[in-house]
Amino acid sequence: MLDRINKAQNLMNAACKAMGRQVHVMEVCGTHTVSIFRNGIRSILPGNLKLLSGPGCPVCVTDQGYIDIVLELADREECIIATYGDMIRVPGKDHSLETKRAKADVKVVLSSEDALQLAKDNPGKTVVFVAVGFETTAPATAVVVKEAAAESIDNFCILSGHKLVVPAMRALLSGMNHNIDAFLCPGHVSVIIGYGAFAEIVDDFGRPCVVAGFEAVQIIEGLCEICEQLSTGKAELKSMYPAVVTEKGNAAAQRVIEECFEAADGYWRGLGKIEKSTLKLKDKYERFDAFRRFDVTEVPAEEARGCRCGEVLCGLIEPPECRLFGETCTPQEPVGPCMVSSEGACAAWFKYGRKKTQKP
Amino acid sequence: MVQVRPKEDAETMKAGKHEKILLAHGGGGQLMEELIRHHILPNFKNDTLAELGDSARLNLASGSLCFTTDSYVVKPLFFNGGDIGKLAVCGTVNDLAVAGSRPAALALSLIIEDGFEIALLDRILASIADTARQSSVDIVTGDTKTVEAGAADGIFINTAGIGVRIPDADLGFGRIAAGDKILINGTLGDHGMTIISQRQDMGFQSQLASDCAALAPLTCELLENATGVKFMRDPTRGGLAATLNEIARGAGLSIEIREKDVPVRPAVQAAADMLGFEVLTIANEGKFVAVVAPESADRCLSMCTNHPLGKDAKIIGEVIETSDVPVVEMETRIGGRRIVQMPYGRELPRIC
Amino acid sequence: MEADRAVVDAMGNRWKAKTTLLPEAKLGDLVLIHAGFAISLVDEEEAKKTWQLLAEIYEFDDTPNKVSG
Repeated sequence: MLDRINKAQNLMNAACKAMGRQVHVMEVCGTHTVSIFRNGIRSILPGNLKLLSGPGCPVCVTDQGYIDIVLELADREECIIATYGDMIRVPGKDHSLETKRAKADVKVVLSSEDALQLAKDNPGKTVVFVAVGFETTAPATAVVVKEAAAESIDNFCILSGHKLVVPAMRALLSGMNHNIDAFLCPGHVSVIIGYGAFAEIVDDFGRPCVVAGFEAVQIIEGLCEICEQLSTGKAELKSMYPAVVTEKGNAAAQRVIEECFEAADGYWRGLGKIEKSTLKLKDKYERFDAFRRFDVTEVPAEEARGCRCGEVLCGLIEPPECRLFGETCTPQEPVGPCMVSSEGACAAWFKYGRKKTQKP
Repeated sequence: MVQVRPKEDAETMKAGKHEKILLAHGGGGQLMEELIRHHILPNFKNDTLAELGDSARLNLASGSLCFTTDSYVVKPLFFNGGDIGKLAVCGTVNDLAVAGSRPAALALSLIIEDGFEIALLDRILASIADTARQSSVDIVTGDTKTVEAGAADGIFINTAGIGVRIPDADLGFGRIAAGDKILINGTLGDHGMTIISQRQDMGFQSQLASDCAALAPLTCELLENATGVKFMRDPTRGGLAATLNEIARGAGLSIEIREKDVPVRPAVQAAADMLGFEVLTIANEGKFVAVVAPESADRCLSMCTNHPLGKDAKIIGEVIETSDVPVVEMETRIGGRRIVQMPYGRELPRIC
Repeated sequence: MEADRAVVDAMGNRWKAKTTLLPEAKLGDLVLIHAGFAISLVDEEEAKKTWQLLAEIYEFDDTPNKVSG
């Protein structure tokens, strides 16, 4: 394996040297963010190749307005909040789900099925499933909505915070951050949507898009492919994760998303409003839509003072450039979501990178 | 365990044949005396305890002593590779062992919930007795309290331990110097991942087993037969990451380890990967980290690998100079580098 | 396997997973799991190429995430 890595390193070094300028490659997947840090990949890349962490962490891009709705629902006697673990520490205006736990019924679940089961086990309460995640996780939500409908589990609903990756990539390139030369595309999102979904980024914006798996060697070879393309002026779509990724993706998963959801405009923390970038339950399933059941609307909230999560998510700054990083904002006492989520750039940097006081 | 129980009658109560703990068992009266005589004492046969004095009188070799205490609240009570009883002995014995002493005596305090199955208590007591026997340490004194149902989640245990310092052992942060090697006696993460896998809400079953073990036999051998052991600590909560950071901070020196040399069982790694945990931060209950002088490192390593408690031992890194704030850094499998920070305490609750 | 419920084996750890999104999964298939659902079959040949690389460093020879019941 080290041979392959050395080979890729040499090719990257040559390609980047030939380009002579700083090259910016963005990854848009929280799992990539973590793997890159855990393996110390940045430390073996060519000096002029800068890896940007983009809006790939679903918890991080969830607007505070959404979290405040969840907290408001948590306050209601009749509600049980079912959530994936990562969400419970994200701070809302005054609280997080974790601090609410003492007074409200908040349950951490490992799968959407567990949330539905909670509803079955607690007929006197209404379970609100905090449905956050990209296209990898949306099918799991859709499946249980269908099951709830089929079995008439009426005390179950979802608050959809599901988001779509490609619209975010378009939004970045169209305005928020032009300075992205290529994308390392998410492996598991691609399993669902197919690598063909990124073709429009290549065609409309001329950026190479390479899908890679999560092992270090796969990420490095993906980056190598990108560097080679860039140095020869190419911009192509390529999947380097053939074990599980196909061009068309998982048809059953796409079908179930299509059946239950439609794309709607939505707010992304840091990126603002992006057209047709979030998933909203179709009218057919409106009784399972917590937004409609409780008549609440997401109102984008302001960032806490000094919080620069938005810029971090757009790849405009690196976490240590934020004044709060590591001092006022730490995993124990996070100010913004990028520090709370295990896949957040700030948390990863804090955990695996040097603190401001630790010199290289 | 669900069983249909016959209603208690006066005869059964008199004979001390209870099936569940009652609050009265902690009341200092007849029921408590019966509990001690019928269930506790038979497990721990030694003269000191038999006196049942308010305090144990010990005659220990002269020299300085080590003294420690720990409480055990692990959930579930019984797990692959051990139980709360075994843990209560090993944890305290290990704290004495890595401080450079030979464990001599333990105090055992039990806080038991009203309604706790006495049959389970017997199992736990037997486990404590077996483990203590294997570690050549006596339970010399103890205490029993009962609390209302729900106040102790079954049973909580505290053990305090005394050990006699091994004469040649000289362990301390101050002894650590650049160039010293970091030695670990075996695989990491086994205990913590086993506990998680046996919690209902985690959704997986496995053949993982806790590494819970009393380390004194190996540590005493090392300290008595090899020079150059400068520091030892057991990486329990917070795992290896916490321990190495404590050492770096205490010694004012940086540490560098190599990922490829850190021993981890594939099943443990796979479970950690699935759940998003990092093995370096997961608790161990049968492991120690030792900082040894470079000239002693090979000898210490072979003493470990030739001992049942250390067959997977490895040298995983070294202590290095730093001109700045000490860090623990790891060379990853692919030749990259990354920091190993002090874990921020968000890891698992009630693993020991 | 039973209807759309399956037990999946990963290095000896057994996890429950649903196969609703992967109706074509059969016993013995290698699958990728996410949030309690199998989302893709794993092409064994391709996967082997990666495992062989990893096996050079790790000492294992087992395979991840097999559908086993």
